[in-house]
Amino acid sequence: MFQAQNLKKRFGAVQAVDGVSFAIQAGETVGLLGPNGAGKTTIVSMIAGLLTPDSGEIRLEGRAIASDTDPVKRAIGFVPQDLALFEKLGGRENLALFGALYGLKGAELDRAVDMALGLVGLADRQKDAVEAYSGGMKRRLNLAAALLHDPKLLILDEPTVGVDPQSRNAIFDNLEALKQRGLTLIYTTHYMEEAERLCDRLVIVDHGRVLKDGTLQSLYAELPAANLLEVEIEGDGAPLCEGLRCVAGVASAELRAGRLAVGVDNLAMGSAAVLAWLAARGVPVLHLASERATLEAVFLNLTGRSLRDA
Amino acid sequence: MNPTAFYALFRKDLKLFFSDKRAVLMSFAAPILIASFFGFLFSGSSKGDAAKVPAAAVDLDGSAVSKKLLAALAADKGLDLKAENLDAARERVRKGKATVAVVVPKGFGEDAARAFFRGGLKPEIGVLYDPSHTAELGMVKGLLTQHAMEVVSAEVFNGETGRVVRRDTLKELETTKDLPAGERVALKDLLGSLDRFQASQSTAKPGGTGGGGGMSMPFAMLESAVTSGDKIEYNGFAHAFAGMGVQFILFMGIEAGISILLLRQTGLWKRLRAAPLSRSTLLGSRAASAAAIALIILAVIFAFARLVFKVQVLGSFAGFAGVCLAFAFMTGAYGLLIAALGRTPEAARGLAIFVTLLMVMLGGAWIPAFVFPGWLQKATLLVPTRWAVDGLDAMTWRGLGFLDALPAILVLLGFAAVFGAVAVWKFRWQED
Repeated sequence: MFQAQNLKKRFGAVQAVDGVSFAIQAGETVGLLGPNGAGKTTIVSMIAGLLTPDSGEIRLEGRAIASDTDPVKRAIGFVPQDLALFEKLGGRENLALFGALYGLKGAELDRAVDMALGLVGLADRQKDAVEAYSGGMKRRLNLAAALLHDPKLLILDEPTVGVDPQSRNAIFDNLEALKQRGLTLIYTTHYMEEAERLCDRLVIVDHGRVLKDGTLQSLYAELPAANLLEVEIEGDGAPLCEGLRCVAGVASAELRAGRLAVGVDNLAMGSAAVLAWLAARGVPVLHLASERATLEAVFLNLTGRSLRDA
Repeated sequence: MNPTAFYALFRKDLKLFFSDKRAVLMSFAAPILIASFFGFLFSGSSKGDAAKVPAAAVDLDGSAVSKKLLAALAADKGLDLKAENLDAARERVRKGKATVAVVVPKGFGEDAARAFFRGGLKPEIGVLYDPSHTAELGMVKGLLTQHAMEVVSAEVFNGETGRVVRRDTLKELETTKDLPAGERVALKDLLGSLDRFQASQSTAKPGGTGGGGGMSMPFAMLESAVTSGDKIEYNGFAHAFAGMGVQFILFMGIEAGISILLLRQTGLWKRLRAAPLSRSTLLGSRAASAAAIALIILAVIFAFARLVFKVQVLGSFAGFAGVCLAFAFMTGAYGLLIAALGRTPEAARGLAIFVTLLMVMLGGAWIPAFVFPGWLQKATLLVPTRWAVDGLDAMTWRGLGFLDALPAILVLLGFAAVFGAVAVWKFRWQED
């Protein structure tokens, strides 16, 4: 349904996007994951027709966007990272305006506005000026404004930035409902839990390049272990890492922030073996924690850096 | 162009403008208030009730001539004259309480009478003036010359001082070698004739007109303001409302341009650009809405001027509408130009306000362009506001026809075209 081929974009001395390629099937939800400044917004801006790539090609259902008024753009819904609403206008007035931009009018426009308001749960506040909405309500209306013209591809550029947990859940409910309807989604975020919850497939980008493109399962499979043990001990743990790697069931061991980070595939057997090995050497364990492998770990494994700190 | 989107964007701009109380206040109330004030000032002078020039008089002579001169000045309707001593008069001028102080020197009456016939040493009337009021200084000097000539000549021909001066002069002529013989004889004849004339006047029958004569202004002025009709008086409010209307509409045009820059700062510009809209729809709708708001402002403030101050379109109404329409288009294009050349709303607003105030000042909206130096008057023809103000003046109080509005209409449309073309050319469609 959608293909991006060897996209490149430079801003002055900065190569923001450097040869990005990926494809999306109809009905698929693809997460564009990367730290701030990775090039995610530039990529989606090119897909939405806001930026012209220096080179490369974007095709939607086999057709490239040729001009500002190209009808292909009608197939795209865009939810920008910043709130894109007129604060002095009412919720319904905003939606009516954005619907009109796509040529909707009369009863067709009214139906589309009703549908979008219903989907995001703002029908009862439709006449209120947007400036009176809470942050979460604005985010939901921001999403609704991109759905009025019934797009085939919905691009969401970090739509939950600055949103409280309750509103974030409401937005996710909306997005999951859209996904159920078969809408194709491109979702950019640097929140791993959002990508894990929503996306069928992930394209991990950093420094304007695609680091990895695959399903969650395939990305996790590339990790050294399915679980990570975090062990806090007395004294310096660095000399213990090499020995721990030789313990049966341990896939990896290293020192992170003064604690031992030990990768194990089988949580029960692995943790028992690690604790026994430490006890045999008289190393007191102060604290033990475990977690399942996450996208954070995937990113760390790919770049050697933490996703949020990158 | 997508007409549905164009109309939706146009209507949105109008709604946003009228929902902003500050913008409405600035665009309607401010020009009406300021134009009313300026109009009040301009209109006062046309009805002959302009403020008198405050002046001080210092009489160091105390002669009959000096007293008559100061009495004549005090009676003049253009002056508010108060007698003072020299120090007090100087202090009043220094503090700005008096624009001019006239100082009549000791011996003025006799010296002036002598100088009247023989020249020589002339008495000097001191004129102390406030340097910030040079225009009034010229007026006072004119009045002083007029009244001095009238009073001194009357004294020379009819007064006692004149008789003494003539007698002394005749004696001097007997002995002087300064004058050629021919001139000496002619002057003696003139003075002798004056003596005989005065003697005959003094014996004239009671009720006659003799004895008060002297030189007087050889003409009287009949002032007649040339307006659009015989019985139509100049209405200073017309120019004031035109000038202030132009100024505050341009301010509104600035805000129209700034609104586009503000869209860039939010996600709105991206959302608008993501829709299948042409550049002409996006920019044209903003220019059209600014032009529509400009027309509404002009209509409201001239309606107010009509109802409250009786400002009328005494010339061609089509010409008036044409100038308003052309200026409205120019305002819309001016807004786009600001959006195209501005980098940030804050920086663009500051520079645009400065440029606008400059244009308004040079356009004659504050003070009429005829007080500018000649070269500047010609230079201001390059400023669109000059054409707008002159065009509105021509169609309101000057009462001229459509053909007289045509140059202003065409020039304003030309500016609109140039501003619009530069705006489209320089507009940054993609973020960098």
